[in-house]
Amino acid sequence: MTGLWSFLVEHQAEIMSATLEHMELVLIAMAAAILIGVPLGMLVVRRAKLRAMALGIAGIFQTIPSLALFGFLIPIPFIGGIGKRTAIVALTLYALLPILRNTYVGLAEIDPAVLESAEAMGMTQGQILFRVRFPLGLAVLLAGVRTATIITIGVATIAAAIGAGGLGTFIFRGVALVNDSLLLAGAIPAALLAILADFLLGRLERRLRVT
Amino acid sequence: MSSVKPPMSTAGQNLIEFRGVSWRANGSPEAAIIDDVSLEMPRGETLVLLGRSGSGKTTLLKLINGLYWPSKGEVIVEGRATREWDAIRLRRGIGYVIQEAGLFPHFTVAENVGLVPGLENWPREKIAARVKEMLRLVGLDPEEFSGRRPRELSGGQRQRVGVARALAADPPILLMDEPFGALDPVTRAELQREFKTLAARLGKTIVFVTHDLREALLLASRVILLQKGRVVASARPEEFLRVQHPEVQAFTAALDLGGDCA
Repeated sequence: MTGLWSFLVEHQAEIMSATLEHMELVLIAMAAAILIGVPLGMLVVRRAKLRAMALGIAGIFQTIPSLALFGFLIPIPFIGGIGKRTAIVALTLYALLPILRNTYVGLAEIDPAVLESAEAMGMTQGQILFRVRFPLGLAVLLAGVRTATIITIGVATIAAAIGAGGLGTFIFRGVALVNDSLLLAGAIPAALLAILADFLLGRLERRLRVT
Repeated sequence: MSSVKPPMSTAGQNLIEFRGVSWRANGSPEAAIIDDVSLEMPRGETLVLLGRSGSGKTTLLKLINGLYWPSKGEVIVEGRATREWDAIRLRRGIGYVIQEAGLFPHFTVAENVGLVPGLENWPREKIAARVKEMLRLVGLDPEEFSGRRPRELSGGQRQRVGVARALAADPPILLMDEPFGALDPVTRAELQREFKTLAARLGKTIVFVTHDLREALLLASRVILLQKGRVVASARPEEFLRVQHPEVQAFTAALDLGGDCA
């Protein structure tokens, strides 16, 4: 145990930079997934066919094992190859389903009496979307962002396998060298990141919930 | 102030008119929900649509503000068929109150009441003044209630706010779908009495849906009884109980039973 502690202290600069690299992967992928998933979710609220298609496709990405998804992307020109870019594309695709699904569910599952009176009072569909559905569905939408963030922090450790860097680098190296300290230098910060993200986003979600 | 009636238009006495209206759910092969209904709803009257569940009374209401469109025939509102109206314009000129009020839970009471004036781009001060006036009208102290959220209100208070919201933009027509249906009997009786006074004062054309004969007789200037999407009786409340029709007798019998038990 003392061995681990002195290892962590000794390598704190490297661990810190790997943690920041890890967060960078997660934040860029999450930003992209939100920018795609939330507008797409809004678009499909009242379009059943498009919704089935979008959820189906996002579901396929989620079903593919993460390492296999990285593998599939590598040979693809422009987005593929070894490195960060491929990892970010894969993480974005992975995060898409929870965000898309929760955006849709949040916007769709509004008290029918509220929607009926909104329509009856002469609100346009755009006004209903932005002034009624969106504020009332925000907590559910955010629950999707929370799930997606935690998944992405986890899957991003695997991104090290395709040379994207991040905390996974320590874990893979630790496994290869049978060095527990090295392994935990990646695993502990990754776990802490996930727990922290879960806690903070959970608090935000509760504050935004409208009863 | 809000009781000033617009001058008689060439459209005549009737603010709302149904001309041979049928309605069935989109492409549904089943029997029509509304079956060849013709009705005249004169200005300033309170029409109560009475009927069992599934008799089509709510559908009839939604045909007036363009939530539904007739499959056959025409609904005329203020001299124009609803199909020719811009739906948004039509609805903003018609107040709408439903059971449980359908208030926006993320809006304060003041924001709920000021919604339609806001959509109509009234200046801020005018909206604020109107909201106060409306809350007083329905017996709620603006100081106390403006800042509250719907969840901080009792059922009766929510329904009052619902009425205030429906009246805020001063629409000539008010549609009410079992507005007092979810209230306890005491609160319901209270709101019914107050509403009757209010209706007399405002001179709006009110279409009121209920399955409660007692409520219908209390509030209506005319009771219209629906059965399976058809109008089977239409009479002033004092004549209604004498109408010779099995459905009228069914409702009367239910009332008698209720009276005996009480």
